[in-house]
Amino acid sequence: MSSIAVPAPELEPQSVISSEIAAIEAGYRQAGVEETQPRLDYPPYRSSTLRHPTGDLCDVEPETIERWAPCFGARDVDPLEADLTAGHAGEPIGERIILAGRVVDGAGRPVRGQLVEIWQANAAGRYTHERDQHPAPLDPNFTGTGRCLTDADGRYRFQTIKPGPYPWRNHFNAWRPAHVHFSVFGSSFTQRLVTQLYFPGDPLRALDPIYQSIIDDRARDRLVATYDHDLTSHEWATGYRWDIVLTGGRQTWFESEDVA
Amino acid sequence: MTPTATPGQTVGPFFHYALPYEGDRDLVPPGGPGAVVLRGQVLDGAGNAVPDALVELWQARPDGTVAREPGSLRRDGWTFTGFGRAATGGDGCYAFSTLVPGPTEAGRAAFFAVTVFARGLLDRLFTRAYVPGDSAALAADPLLSSLPAERRRTLIASTDERGFVFDIRLQGGDETVFLRYPGQ
Ligand SMILES: [Fe+2]
Repeated sequence: MSSIAVPAPELEPQSVISSEIAAIEAGYRQAGVEETQPRLDYPPYRSSTLRHPTGDLCDVEPETIERWAPCFGARDVDPLEADLTAGHAGEPIGERIILAGRVVDGAGRPVRGQLVEIWQANAAGRYTHERDQHPAPLDPNFTGTGRCLTDADGRYRFQTIKPGPYPWRNHFNAWRPAHVHFSVFGSSFTQRLVTQLYFPGDPLRALDPIYQSIIDDRARDRLVATYDHDLTSHEWATGYRWDIVLTGGRQTWFESEDVA
Repeated sequence: MTPTATPGQTVGPFFHYALPYEGDRDLVPPGGPGAVVLRGQVLDGAGNAVPDALVELWQARPDGTVAREPGSLRRDGWTFTGFGRAATGGDGCYAFSTLVPGPTEAGRAAFFAVTVFARGLLDRLFTRAYVPGDSAALAADPLLSSLPAERRRTLIASTDERGFVFDIRLQGGDETVFLRYPGQ
C-alpha cells in the first residue's frame, strides 16, 4: 500500500475545504455578530448540504410538556456502564483516561440525576460499528459505549481510553480529530444536547469541517476538554475535565417571567 | 457571569451501537390497550430517505399529565415514561408504539414533542407533531396560528388505520417547521 495516494477524482483536496472554512470565518469576523452554536448550513461539511433546514427556526414559548424532561434513574443505568474499560475479558489497548465534569444550566446550577451517554472509536480510530470500514484493528476488549447519571452536584465521570483519529470521506485525506460523542439530557426537553468532546493540542481540529462549523473560535473551544492533573490518578490514568452548559431551560423562563 | 451554552455537534454516522436500545421505540407494548403507532419518514432536501437519522419522542399521558417515572432504558412493560427513541431504517422510516398524548391544559392542542438527529445535521432539531382532530384547539394554538397555512400543515400528524403519520422534511418546499426555544 502506498502512503502517497493520488486523490480519487470525486474527492476534493483539503486545500479546497480549508479555504472554504477560512472564507466563512472571515465573513463571520466581518459581520461581528456573535454565534455560539454550529451553523446548520455549513458547506465544507458536504453531508450537510441537503440535510439542513433553509427556513428560519420558529421561535416558540415552551408548553408544559417541553418544560419537563424524561426522567432516568438507577433502574436505567448500571454504575458499571461508566467504565468503558471494563466488561470484557481483558484490558483495552490505549491510553487510559478519566473524563469528568459537571452538567449545569444557564445559571450555573447543577443538572441532577440526568442521563449522559457517550460513544467513541478505539485507540486505533475504529468504531465497533458495522458501517465503519476503516482498516484499523478492532479491539476485542473495547466496545466504546458508556452511560452514567449525573450526581447531586451535576457531576459525571467516565473511565475509558483515548480515542484515535479516523479517516472519513468528506474530502481527500480527511481525518476526524480524536473525539468522544456525548448525548446529554437537561432538566427540560428544550435543553437536549448531542455534541462531541475534543482533546487539547490536536492539530486535526483546524482542518475538520465538523468542528469548524462552530465559526466562533471561543465557542468551539468550549468543546475542548482541559487536561487536569488533579483528575489524573497515580500510576493509573490521565484526567480530562469538561463541563457542559445547557441553556434554554427552566431558569430562562423564570427570568423572563420575573421581568414580565 | 452567566455561562454560555455548550455547542452541539452532529450525531454522526456511528451512533447505532450506542444510542438505540432494546424497547427504545415501544413506549407501550405494541398492540396493547390504547397502543397506537406514530410513524413517518425522514427526508432530505432532494426528497430522499435519510437512513441514518434518530428521532426522539417525549409526550404527555392520554390524560394530559406528564410522566415523572424512570425506566425508559429498561422498560418493565407497564410503566409509561413518555420517552422513546427510534433510529430510521434504510427507507428513512421510524415508528413508535405509544399512547395518544392528551392536552396538558384543558382546551389546548395536544402534541408529541420531537427531536431529530442525523449524520449531516450539525445540531439537533426540535419540532412538534400535533394530534389531529380537535380543530378548535388546533386553531387556537399559539404556534400553529402564527404560521401560514402551508407551514402549519407540516406540524399536524395525519391518521392511518394504526395511528398517526408524521413525516419530517429536513429541507425543501414543504420543509418541516423546526423550533427554537427562549435562551437558545
Ligand atoms: Fe465519531
